[in-house]
Amino acid sequence: MTILECKDITKSFPIKRGYLQEEVGAVKALDGVSLSINKGEVFGLVGESGCGKTTLGKIILGVLKQDSGTVALATRRIQVIFQDPFNSLDPKMRVFDILAEGLILQGSSEIRKKVESSLDLISLPKGALDKYPHQFSGGERQRIAIARAVLTDPEFIVCDEPVSSLDVTIQLQILRLLKDIRKQFSMTYLFISHDLRVIKFMSDRVAVMRQGRIVEEGPVRQVYTSPSHPYTRELLSSILEVYPDAYGQ
Amino acid sequence: MMDGTILKVRDLKTHFQTDRGVVKAVDGVDFDVRTGETFGIVGESGSGKTLTALSILKLVAPPGRIVSGSVVFKSEDLLLLDAERLRKIRGSKISMVFQEPASAFNPVFTIGYQIIEAVMAHQAVKMSKARDLAMEFLKRARIADPAKAYHDYPHQLSGGAKQRAMIAMALVNSPELLILDEPTTALDVTIQSQILDLLDEIRERERLSTLFISHDFGVIARMCDRVAVMRKGLIVESGDKAQILNDPKEEYTVSLLESVKALA
Amino acid sequence: MMAELIRNRMAASALAFIILMLVFAAFAPAIAPYNPTEIDTKNILTAPSKAHIFGTDTLGRDIFSRIVYGSRISLSIGFIAVGIAVLIGIFFGSVAGYYGGRIDSIMMRFVDIMLCFPTFFLILAVIAVLEPSIFNIMVVIGATGWMGVARLIRAEILTLKEREYVMASKVMGARPAWMIVRHLIPNAIGPVLVSATLGVGGAILVESALSFLGIGVQPPTPSWGNMLMDGKSTLGVAWWHTVFPGLFILFTVLAYNLLGEALRDFLEPRLRR
Repeated sequence: MTILECKDITKSFPIKRGYLQEEVGAVKALDGVSLSINKGEVFGLVGESGCGKTTLGKIILGVLKQDSGTVALATRRIQVIFQDPFNSLDPKMRVFDILAEGLILQGSSEIRKKVESSLDLISLPKGALDKYPHQFSGGERQRIAIARAVLTDPEFIVCDEPVSSLDVTIQLQILRLLKDIRKQFSMTYLFISHDLRVIKFMSDRVAVMRQGRIVEEGPVRQVYTSPSHPYTRELLSSILEVYPDAYGQ
Repeated sequence: MMDGTILKVRDLKTHFQTDRGVVKAVDGVDFDVRTGETFGIVGESGSGKTLTALSILKLVAPPGRIVSGSVVFKSEDLLLLDAERLRKIRGSKISMVFQEPASAFNPVFTIGYQIIEAVMAHQAVKMSKARDLAMEFLKRARIADPAKAYHDYPHQLSGGAKQRAMIAMALVNSPELLILDEPTTALDVTIQSQILDLLDEIRERERLSTLFISHDFGVIARMCDRVAVMRKGLIVESGDKAQILNDPKEEYTVSLLESVKALA
Repeated sequence: MMAELIRNRMAASALAFIILMLVFAAFAPAIAPYNPTEIDTKNILTAPSKAHIFGTDTLGRDIFSRIVYGSRISLSIGFIAVGIAVLIGIFFGSVAGYYGGRIDSIMMRFVDIMLCFPTFFLILAVIAVLEPSIFNIMVVIGATGWMGVARLIRAEILTLKEREYVMASKVMGARPAWMIVRHLIPNAIGPVLVSATLGVGGAILVESALSFLGIGVQPPTPSWGNMLMDGKSTLGVAWWHTVFPGLFILFTVLAYNLLGEALRDFLEPRLRR
């Protein structure tokens, strides 16, 4: 079952200059992007900075409006996990309120019970609920963001570089948590990242983006072992591994 | 030096005085950089690796303070030198390349102007010679259009080009020791490849000694001969690259490598 | 370091003075030795003495008591006027900042127009037309002083609305009003606190000026400004009639300014972080 279908999405951002803010040109962030995601899969979107992956994510979430093209979502239960653990939680709100917000907006009942049980999922103590974001580490904040996303019982989560700001040991913890959640809740993910190794670790299928277009798409194993597009090959060749003797003396 | 060591750091301690008490960011660090080698320091955020690099050149700003230790460069302890002597060494004998190329350049001056500034600060040459040197090193840094880059302002260059310009500026006075603090972290992975290739080339040609700092074990594995692993202000383990990667002894190193390899 | 200590001591004294004035205002009946409107024809214009520590005025009223009661006027006008200004400013600034585009342009042009008016003369004109009641004064000062706050809030919100916690809220289905009230305003309020504190000083000055000109607080209600007006004619013979109210205006406004600056310094490094 297709949970998301994007057809020919385009988006440009005008470049404004001068006091009167006149448009002198435009940056084409997305130049005709189409993709579809099936329920239950993890779809990886990989590309370097400026390729448009974050813009596409925002359009899918409804935070940004595309210039042309359609976004068809089979569900309204969608959530997001952002990259920056510092800015994705309101610094002036207690963790309890941050987690409860989604439930309040949904009109849920038994909010306190649900919030408290979400702490088990992310392995944080009950005392965390009364604290403020700045009292936690980056990894802990990201876990709170994950709990916030999962609490509203979504079917589809857009993960926009969720581990890019974290130390590598914490990255692994968070990725494993996301995998557990996927299994437990049959979650569908759109996983956006610039890190090829993370994408490979998480995704079933992957799309490679460059300058607003998808240049290659397919099952992760296939794209990574036999890439067809030269850009994909260039990306893959720049991965630096830490295998023993990867770099002969 | 007779024994082929260009930099000897002993018991380096850099502490920060904050309202929450003293933060011992660098707390007794020892290592050597041998002449001609690339020595890597790898660590996660907060390990103190960047501060170690800054301490070597006494670039630590208050409330940070180098509390004790010695940094011996070719027989002189940098921490004991007077300001003028140290100034002569910074930028000429020891150069540094930073993580954020945007912040290393002054936005209101052209690239060329800033490189010339670096030359004139250390070499008593005519302006025309300085210009030639600047152009020469921009070329050596394999910047796309050296003549154009020379006249460009920092914001007109891409991230990769800015980093090349910074490398050119670091090399223009032919330093003996090059310190690189996360030089490719802010760059796209394809550009990172190119910059690392450039650094390889420069290292070979100029026979530079290099101190390479990064949180990325992959980059460290590619670039370095010997490696030290830092955590919370201390070096946890150090040794030849092959030994650290294949046979890590400390628990922290093991877990770090495991996380990295898990994503392979 | 020295500078910080001096600044802190000044801020501390400013705060102490402000608290003292608040105490005066709150407990005026207990603190004032005399009824502020009690006329005593036998003691007209007496110099400061043990019986009347600040002397008496042209009607024999105790100046100290009038100053204590006057603090009520000055402070309530200050707070309420600023309260009104802040409310209007927050509303304007957050709507303009959040929606952006044409709404923002139109609203900000309106702010620019308002800023073109010489506010004090505008206030004079309005009060001249309406009757000079305390309520009118509060409203007019508030209605002409919100523009700075609007700009501050708008500037903060322009930055904050791109923050990820706001986007997360949007994804969860929050409406604009919810996001503005729940997330944007609490995080944008910092600079407004500074502006509001400084604004209290400003409002007190405006009220004093209006009362001094005779179109502010009307006698017999004591206000520091109208005491200055009374004292004008007797400046040569009764310096205390002018000096004491004047000093209280000076110190109160100074105290609020110092407190505002201290708040700004306190918030500044936080904001940078």
